[in-house]
Amino acid sequence: MNPLRRTLVSLLALAIAKPLAALAAWNKEAFSAKTPGDALKGLGIGNAAPSKDLQIEAPEIAENGAVVPIEISSAIAGTSSLIVMIEKNPFPLTARFDFKEGALPFVKLNVKMGETSDVRVLAEAAGKYYTATKEIKVTIGGCGG
Amino acid sequence: MAAGPMKMRANLGSGFTDVRVLMTHPMETGLRKDPDGKIVPQHFIQNLTVKVNGKTVIDAQISQAVSRNPVFSFRLKGGAKGDKIEVSWLDNHGESAAIEAAVA
Amino acid sequence: MRLAVFGAALVFSCAASGQDVAKEIQRYRQMVAEGSPAELFELEGEALWKKAQGPKNGSFERCDLGEGPGVLKGAYAHLPRYFKDADRVMDLEARLLYCMSTLQGRSRDDATARVFGSADRPSEFELLSIYVAGQSRGVRIEPGMAHPKEKASYELGRALFFHRVGAWDFSCASCHGEEGKRIRMQELPVLYKPQYARPVMASWPAYRVSTSQVITLQWRMNDCYRQMRTPEPTFGSETTVALIHFLTATARGETYGGPGNKR
Repeated sequence: MNPLRRTLVSLLALAIAKPLAALAAWNKEAFSAKTPGDALKGLGIGNAAPSKDLQIEAPEIAENGAVVPIEISSAIAGTSSLIVMIEKNPFPLTARFDFKEGALPFVKLNVKMGETSDVRVLAEAAGKYYTATKEIKVTIGGCGG
Repeated sequence: MAAGPMKMRANLGSGFTDVRVLMTHPMETGLRKDPDGKIVPQHFIQNLTVKVNGKTVIDAQISQAVSRNPVFSFRLKGGAKGDKIEVSWLDNHGESAAIEAAVA
Repeated sequence: MRLAVFGAALVFSCAASGQDVAKEIQRYRQMVAEGSPAELFELEGEALWKKAQGPKNGSFERCDLGEGPGVLKGAYAHLPRYFKDADRVMDLEARLLYCMSTLQGRSRDDATARVFGSADRPSEFELLSIYVAGQSRGVRIEPGMAHPKEKASYELGRALFFHRVGAWDFSCASCHGEEGKRIRMQELPVLYKPQYARPVMASWPAYRVSTSQVITLQWRMNDCYRQMRTPEPTFGSETTVALIHFLTATARGETYGGPGNKR
């Protein structure tokens, strides 16, 4: 690459880098993963132990896959993060919530599900990971309402 | 697209503060086609921050799989009437919005 | 993701009883209602109500919905009703159209250019309707029934409900006239019976989550007639108002719950 072009490229890179630096962190690798396994890799999560103290509250049947309400709460001591994955979605990783001092490990959100799938939730507590799953069936509604 | 209205309610529960926030955002996945058959580009909230009296208590990263016009419920430890809650979001276009409410 | 439309067939365990399914769907609806963005549209509707528009530069703040100019509390729950100035029975949307003309000076063509909206943008009628309806939360549904024209409107609506029309010879009763019917997963309420009409009429207009749209009764009448394969009814017409009158009167006495949420 000739020197002029190199300068232009670095100037251009600088011009882009500044606004990019202003953007908060978003784990592109994990969010772009197409399988739950790759998403976990992108998050740096190896093993996760199943835990009954990680609760997923959601309807078993969602009338519409565009809006599926899910409520997650963790009774595991020291929970600092909750991660939501929808296993059969094109990109399984859906959300990651980091709780600092002052917040409880609880969240309710509405998600999109492409089809009936397991919803997998992970909790991070004291450096260890825990997991729970729930299957939600997705139907098509009729003409009404 | 200009950020639409946001709404937030923060109420004292038993031992915690219940925060419910509604935001206007298309949360486009980039997989949808418009009536002309063209792909509607990705446009979705990527980051969410919840602050209590100026201090960040929740940091969230979300994907395009969160429903359009997202609604979130959070719970904050303890809390007192008048505490200032702020929720802000940032999307993949660099657009952002925020809302503040006092705990009732 | 449009995948829900393409891929999601009706999938549930054959062992699940009808009762279990109904219960889980009820739970879904409840959870969705708890986290509904409908309130955001009420806020937008309020701003629109107060906005000066049209050649006369008027807002809706002096629009009389039956309880007095600008009085919103309980107005929606008492519609449709007879209006002396227009000398006809009107539902909310027909009345809003009337105020667009008289207070804002807008032509019918201009005001009805976009009566039904889309996911990104509800129409003016939808935003105004959801705002006005929200102001009737907790009020008993009591449409006008005393005036001769109100009675006539009700009777016309009742006749229309059972009248078979169109390419498929459908009436409203074809779908909404018999117990135990459903279309895919949607149960079809028998709307000429109060016990079924009441909870239905207590939740319109509504936010429809699947399309992120605000839907109103005028939209519902239009869409039902479309599904019945008939010509499109005119917005705010005598026909649509009469049907809405009949349905609302059948639900009489129910406490209006505020804008609803639908799948």
